[in-house]
Parts: sequence; structure tokens; C-alpha cells
Amino acid sequence: MIDIRNLNVVFGHGGNAHHAVRDFSMRIEAGQSYGLVGESGSGKTTVLRALAGILERVARVSGEMSVGQESLQGQQRSRDFRRRVQMVFQDPYGSLHPRHTVDTILGEPARVHRLDRIEQRVVQALEEVGLDASFRFRYPHQISGGQRQRVSVARALITEPEIVLLDEPTSALDVSVQAEVLNLLMRLKRDHGLTYVLVSHNLAVVAHVCEALSVMQNGSVVETLGVQQLRDHSPQMPYTRQLLTASFGYDRAAIDAFEEFA
Amino acid sequence: MTDSPLLRVEDLHVRYNTPTGIVNAVSGVSFELGREKLGIVGESGSGKSQTGRAILGLTATGGQVSARRLEFDGTDLLNADTRTMRRIRGGCISMIMQDPKYSLNPVMTIGAQIEEAFLVHRPSSKAEARQRTLDMLSAVKIRAPERVYRAYPHEVSGGMGQRVMIAMMMIPEPDIIIADEPTSALDVTVQLQVLAVLDDMLSDRGMGLIFISHDLNLVASFCDRILVMYGGKVVEECAATDLEQATHPYTRGLLNCLPSLDGKRDELPILRRDPSWLTDAGPVE
Repeated sequence: MIDIRNLNVVFGHGGNAHHAVRDFSMRIEAGQSYGLVGESGSGKTTVLRALAGILERVARVSGEMSVGQESLQGQQRSRDFRRRVQMVFQDPYGSLHPRHTVDTILGEPARVHRLDRIEQRVVQALEEVGLDASFRFRYPHQISGGQRQRVSVARALITEPEIVLLDEPTSALDVSVQAEVLNLLMRLKRDHGLTYVLVSHNLAVVAHVCEALSVMQNGSVVETLGVQQLRDHSPQMPYTRQLLTASFGYDRAAIDAFEEFA
Repeated sequence: MTDSPLLRVEDLHVRYNTPTGIVNAVSGVSFELGREKLGIVGESGSGKSQTGRAILGLTATGGQVSARRLEFDGTDLLNADTRTMRRIRGGCISMIMQDPKYSLNPVMTIGAQIEEAFLVHRPSSKAEARQRTLDMLSAVKIRAPERVYRAYPHEVSGGMGQRVMIAMMMIPEPDIIIADEPTSALDVTVQLQVLAVLDDMLSDRGMGLIFISHDLNLVASFCDRILVMYGGKVVEECAATDLEQATHPYTRGLLNCLPSLDGKRDELPILRRDPSWLTDAGPVE
């Protein structure tokens, strides 16, 4: 479904050039959920943005990418691609237009893609994410963070996508709300046969949603592993093992053994 | 807690008057703090940060703080005059904020800021302040203290910035540190390294810590004792090691709704909030 080979992304020029992604490759089958894990600056979000084709005039992108039968040229994307691939962003406060109602926010992608029955689609998408029709005429500031993230998910669903790119979709939410949004994402995937690419720094969230994952560091993939390997605590690479140890909480003795991976 | 507690809080209330009515941000919180690590956990809006701020008299204007007792080492913090509070703040109780980017002065070098914190509370010569600052920077495991001393806050990473914050709060040698989500903005491994620095300094100097966080697992593994807050109340208090046996449905709900690395569950249990949690009298003893 998604095939990326030797992706390189460079921001800036000359002395200020920053090589954010180096020789990144990944293959995702249809219906799979794939996780990209790493610390800040590891390049995981940049991979997602390069795939979505939103880095034009922002960075230099090279490498081969294809989605389904469609081979992607640079950062140009077809209208069909933009309908089939949708994105949910981390910050539910920053990613919804503050002066648009939920109805306008949800209707916009449908209008852009010249879909029919827009009103019906909006109501249905809201229902799918567990919000009733009364939310249609509210503004983002009138609803909670969790509800906002549900609206972001609904906006992604409006165009009936096949692939949803999730960029830290729950890291700004309280854990109880995170659980609700994760359950929602799992149900939508089952109901619609979606393919997910999930970017997160939280190994437990990735293990919950995904079947396989790549661990990234400084723009490169350190290790690609199945989720079972994570559950068995048997990653091969020291960096992955350290991340895993760290995600189990505070352990004074283990911290002294931490290494710097540069 | 064998000796008398450093801090006593009894029936603390923080109220805000808003156009839509009175908001009870904290209602009836009581606890004592000795030379130990006390964790306060809760979700956003549970009143955990408001509790920490009220202790230092940092409640925002418009907020009303009342308590049957709010005492540090015999000093009444509620009715203390400004001078006393200025001495206590930083000197006896200090606070580590969440984000070093916003809490450090951007136009002052790191060295000058830490020296200032020291000189305000411990009058001494400039040379001594400088030496103490450099020692403190090494104590928080900064490898090039001389370089960081001359650097401005934007020139250091988040993890380094938070170590600088710890150094600045520790240098007047307070008895209590209140840390409000001190490591939430950091990557996991850096977060743990920063906590290790804090932990070592606390045990070396025998200080008390109030650690405010939304991260239940982190608090359980880092602290000695935990208060779980919900809707401005303490709904459960337990030893950190007993968190797994917590009994309050809210605490249980929080623990259960976390995705786990060890077992696959298709559906995460959803936390059902019960309005009676807010009306029940006081904390569970």
C-alpha cells in the first residue's frame, strides 16, 4: 500500500542545512497500522509530512514513494491522493480554524473534493466519532480537547480515505481521554479497513495500535520490529532497549546505565 | 515521617470568582509533607497545580485562598506578610516549573540568573556566588559548567534548561521543592536523567519534594507517597508501592485506561466519572 525507498529530507541550505531524514525506507501493507517511534528531532513527523506532500518549498525531498499504484512525484500530489490520504495532527487547539464552526471545518474537505450530500456526510462523520449533531454549530473554543480531537478525526474521515496519517494524535490529551480516542481510532480502522501510519513517542500507544514499527533516531531508522518483539522486551538494538526501559518509569539504577546515542 | 512535618496543609480551598459563578479549583485538600517525595497526580483541572501555587502564595489575582491551616515549619503561610513570604519563597520553599523556555529570563546569562537566586537568599561575595554557581552546575551533571554559565537560555537544550532550573532552585538550599510537571516537556530518557539528578540532590540534602504530574506510572515509580486528585479533592492517598492496589474507582479507572506494553487489549476501559466522587466528604484516610 505504502512504499517508501531511500527518502531524504534536507531543510535549509549551505552551512545551515539540516539533514532531517536519511535514507528512510518502509513498506506498509493495506489495512496495517505502522508506528514511527523516536524522540524529538528524530525525523518521524518529517517522514509523515514528506509522504503527505506538504514540504514543498520547505525542504528538499528526494527518494521514491508510492501509494497503491500511484507513484509520487516530488511533493506534487494528485487530487485523488489528497482524498485518499488524510492526516490528524497533534494539537487539537492549533489544527482547527478558530473562527470556523465545526460544520464549516468538516464541510470544507468535502467541498474541496466536490463530494455530494455534504450535510449528510458531516452529520454522519460526527456520529462516527461519537459526537451528536448539536456539535455542528459550535466553534472549537466551545468544546473540550478530546472533543476537538474527535472533530479532527471526523474531518479526516469525511473524504472516505484509505490511509490516515496520525501525528501524535493523543499526546496532548489526558489519559482518560486518550483511551477514548484510541478506542475510536481502533473501531474506525475495523469498520473502514483503514491503513494507519502513527507517529508517537509513546511506545505503549504504538504497541496498542500498531502491528509493526520503526524506531528512528537522528533521521535514520535504528530498528524495524514487530510489536510482539516489543512486548517480549526483545528488541535487538541498544537504543530501542533503552527507550523501552525508559518507558517503564523511574528506575535509579537503570538510569546510570543510559548511554548517549549521537 | 518520624520528625515533625515540614509542611502542614489542612482543608485548603482555592476559589475563583468568574462571570459564570464561583469555581472551586481546590476544595478541602489536607496533607502533611516530611522529608520525602510526595506525588500529586490528577488530570487537567483536578487542582493539582493550584494546590502547589497556593502553598507559595502564587495564586493568580482573583483567586481566594483559605485553609484551616497552611504552615511551613511553624510559620503560617496564609497570614505571613510580604517580607516573610519573600524570604520563604525560594529560600525555604522553591518551585520548578514545567517549561524552562518560559521560566528562565531570556536576556540574562544562565550564570547570572543562578547567582542572583543565590545572592537574594544568602548574601555573600560575588566571587563566592560564582563558585557556588559553577559547583551547582556540575552537581546537576552539566559537563561544561563554564560554558553553560556564560550561555543564554536559548542556547541550551530542553533537558539542559531543566537542569539549570533545578540548579537555580537548589542553590539557596530550600527545605521543600515543589516541582510542577518538571519533565513533561522532555523526551523520556532525558526526563529520567533529570529526575535522577533531582532525586540524588534531594536525598543528599534531606529535602521534601512535592511532585505534581499527570503521569501516574512516573509518579508511582519516583515518589514515596501519592495523592490522587480529582475535581479539587484528594480522592485517594497511598504509598507509591501500593498504587496497584488502589481502591478508589477514579484511581482504578486512570490505571486501567493506560495502554500497556505487556498485554494486548482490543478495547481500553473507559473512565466513567461518578458525580458522587465530588460530594463525598474529604480524602480517604
